[in-house]
Amino acid sequence: MKNRVRQWCSGFRWGQFLVLAFCLLALSTVLVLPLFALFSKAFLNKADMFVGIDNYIKYFKTPALSTSVLNTIDIAFWSTLFSVVLGFLYAFALTRTHIKGKAVFKYMAMIPIFTPTVIHALGLVYMFGNQGILTRAGLFPFELYGRLGIIISEVIFTFPQAFLLFFVALEFSDGRLYEAADSMGASPLRKLFRITLPEMKYTLINAVFVCFTLAFTDFGAPKVIGGSFSVLATDIYKQVAGQFNFNMGAVVGTLLLIPAVMSFIVDRLVSSRNASAVNARSTKLVVGKSVPRDILCFSFCMLVTLFLLFMVAMLFVGGLTEGYPYNLSLTLNNFLFNQSTGGIDSFFNSLKMALASAGFGTAFVFIYAYMMEKASGFNGLRKYGRLLSVLPLALPGMVIGISFIFFFNSPTNPLNFIYGTLAILVVSNILHYFSVPFFTANGCLKKLDKEFEGIAESMGVPRLKTFLWVSVPLSLPAIMEIFMYFFVNAMVTVSAVVFLYSADFKIAAIAITHMEEAGSFGQAAAMSLLILLINVVVRVLYEAGMAIFRHRANRKESTV
Amino acid sequence: MKKVVFFALTILAIALLAGFLAACKNGATATGNKSSGTAGENKNSSTPATGNKGNSTAPTGEGSKGEITVYTALEDEQVEEYLKAFNTRYPDIKVSIVRESTGVITAKLLAEKNNPQADLVWGTAASSLLALDEQGMLEPYAPAGVDGILAKFKSGKAVPTWTGIDVWETAFVINTVEIGKLGLKASDIKSYDDLLRPELKGHVVMPNPASSGTGLLTVTGILQLEGKGTDAGWQYLDKLHQNISQYVHSGSKPAKMAGSGECAVGISFGYAGIQRLRAGEPVAVVFPSNGSGWDLEANALIKKNKISAAAKTFLDWAISEEAMGLYKENYPILANGKGGRYDGFANDPVDQLIDNDLLWVANNRDNILEEWARRFDGKSVPR
Repeated sequence: MKNRVRQWCSGFRWGQFLVLAFCLLALSTVLVLPLFALFSKAFLNKADMFVGIDNYIKYFKTPALSTSVLNTIDIAFWSTLFSVVLGFLYAFALTRTHIKGKAVFKYMAMIPIFTPTVIHALGLVYMFGNQGILTRAGLFPFELYGRLGIIISEVIFTFPQAFLLFFVALEFSDGRLYEAADSMGASPLRKLFRITLPEMKYTLINAVFVCFTLAFTDFGAPKVIGGSFSVLATDIYKQVAGQFNFNMGAVVGTLLLIPAVMSFIVDRLVSSRNASAVNARSTKLVVGKSVPRDILCFSFCMLVTLFLLFMVAMLFVGGLTEGYPYNLSLTLNNFLFNQSTGGIDSFFNSLKMALASAGFGTAFVFIYAYMMEKASGFNGLRKYGRLLSVLPLALPGMVIGISFIFFFNSPTNPLNFIYGTLAILVVSNILHYFSVPFFTANGCLKKLDKEFEGIAESMGVPRLKTFLWVSVPLSLPAIMEIFMYFFVNAMVTVSAVVFLYSADFKIAAIAITHMEEAGSFGQAAAMSLLILLINVVVRVLYEAGMAIFRHRANRKESTV
Repeated sequence: MKKVVFFALTILAIALLAGFLAACKNGATATGNKSSGTAGENKNSSTPATGNKGNSTAPTGEGSKGEITVYTALEDEQVEEYLKAFNTRYPDIKVSIVRESTGVITAKLLAEKNNPQADLVWGTAASSLLALDEQGMLEPYAPAGVDGILAKFKSGKAVPTWTGIDVWETAFVINTVEIGKLGLKASDIKSYDDLLRPELKGHVVMPNPASSGTGLLTVTGILQLEGKGTDAGWQYLDKLHQNISQYVHSGSKPAKMAGSGECAVGISFGYAGIQRLRAGEPVAVVFPSNGSGWDLEANALIKKNKISAAAKTFLDWAISEEAMGLYKENYPILANGKGGRYDGFANDPVDQLIDNDLLWVANNRDNILEEWARRFDGKSVPR
């Protein structure tokens, strides 16, 4: 009897099932249920009566509103094109060449995600606005506000995301393929098109969808710099915050999900044919010598870096002077923040929130991705899990914020107790930034040979042990990258948490928005500098940690 | 064996999550304690304690103690200053403030409809409060001294559901340097018609009425000036559209853009313009000679199961002479009609206001915005 139970148990993988079920349940609770609470309003009128698809008909009959659909596709297309190309080149330069200053370049690429988006917009206005430095010098004869401004902003905003995805993928590659190509005398270009790009296929598709979806749903840039150019995200804002029409807001919100659902379909088509690139026999890639390549790549990185540096230069000017532009004497007074915006406490609150979001988010996302990629069987559940994993990318913060209010503030919800606490901020951050880390983890795990699990299983090594001693160490760079991603985004995010923070727990990024709204530019710049600084510090700590890790790993290898 | 380990891992994960949620709750509470010195566990609890009868300086009674949550759209700095005055008078009432822009705070209030977190709303657009009132979210309450508030500045109901404190109104913020480059002087712009001058083509920024309260009051102001229900207002807006470079999503942004020279003329509101002046930027603030559209900053009590006596105390104070005196520094048009003047402006700003029919605005809001979007939103193509 005992034996039969055992057999049945081993036939059905209880452990895996429970972990998988927990992952799906958790994500469904914070994603599907709140969204349902909000999106069901798309089919109701203001008096909560069911009206079918009347709201959709009305939306598409209003010419001004359906223009937004085309506008949104237009800006998302161009932003994606530029971001993906730039991101790939930058990542290539940092992984496959011998240029100097790679570490510095890597930090520089991340400037845009180290600072709140309102700062990018201010930076662009200082450069390209009607009074901008470059405009006045006659170097920018275009109108910034509108389509062009949005595209530039979105490229800046999505470039680091594309770069990071490519960086992790390029760093993580099988050297044997290149060795083989070299021994056959393949040209560098041939290697690029025959090995590197095909190998990047999965990452490329992810990068395209990440950039497209982010640009498709972003509200910050269109609001600050978009002029009258209307996009779906500004439509939501107009409906919800301008006209208090949640029903129409929900209609637009559902439309924003379209790219994510499409990306899910593409993901299904691609991943079924995606073979793992790094297996148990892979070697580390050795980068060859090429001076022209290095010079070209170095100048490119320098150009991007200078542009991004220029953008934040005004943070230093604004944060460290009495009253830019009229009084340029140096001061630290801007760091004595008004109590009314939460003071310096808001900074420490943000730090607490970012650490919690990063810690819990990383653990959750990695286990989630592992279960999606490596669990044996449960195909239906895993398909559902994959669909869930791409949806958060398509949700503007405002949709997450409002749907969380509807769901968690309901007195009948057993989870109601987290409303108004730090926990709801952390949960909303993990959800808001779930997709990109998921892609990172997934892309990395995909490249780990399934053989590892197979061998371990046949040797009777428990799956948990394989997970902890093979998958986690091999994925450590990706895991750390995920941690950083959650951390920096939680430090600068505004759009979702603005609806959820409580009176007792003000956070820095929101304080910056308030300071900017109130015209206290010096304080806004000073607070942004603090955020930039802490993001850099955390990054340095991380790089140092990784260096030690690599050093140890190398030593181990050489002693084996 | 491995199943057991995996099972244990799952349990651990769940326990971790639960523990984390609890920890977070405590964490948030602890912060509350630090900043206030009072227990923050039930920050929304509205149980008023009986006042200490022995204390002769502080006011006593049911409403002089407790904790209230106040949602407001007033500026951060104003909130700090006003609250200081309130707490000097009522040291035993702990006020938790959630401050956001009008659109966000209203959306938050509406989304929380089934379980309101706020005890009261303070200094938020009357047009927003009308939307809350329509949803039955406001509790009628006549604060002490409400008779002193002019009838047009409070809700028309027998027991008012909202009470105005001050007024904000359409103003043009003109960058004196930039307008000079166009061959005009700031003094050339006096009325709405002056905004149609061909020199200003592409140099005027205005808030979008679909996303900004200031945009809405400006558009409805123009429509009412030209005659409710006629087409004249729309014809004017058609012409104005030729000069507009962009419609933005915030009422104060046109003033800031004018201040930094990003546009020559920003259609904004008085306080936003005065702030630019105070910041030393090269601007002139002009109130259109034909009259300004306006809206109120107003207060209201939120309908919920337990209504705090301290919330009523706050609402009483919020229209008291003391509070009004503080508001006056920033918004000189007070709802009690005893306002002051803007620094450096000779005219009584009350004369500036058009005869605004807030109810007409509320009832026609959807149609007006639809018409506005039909005429101008679709045309917002890139240049």
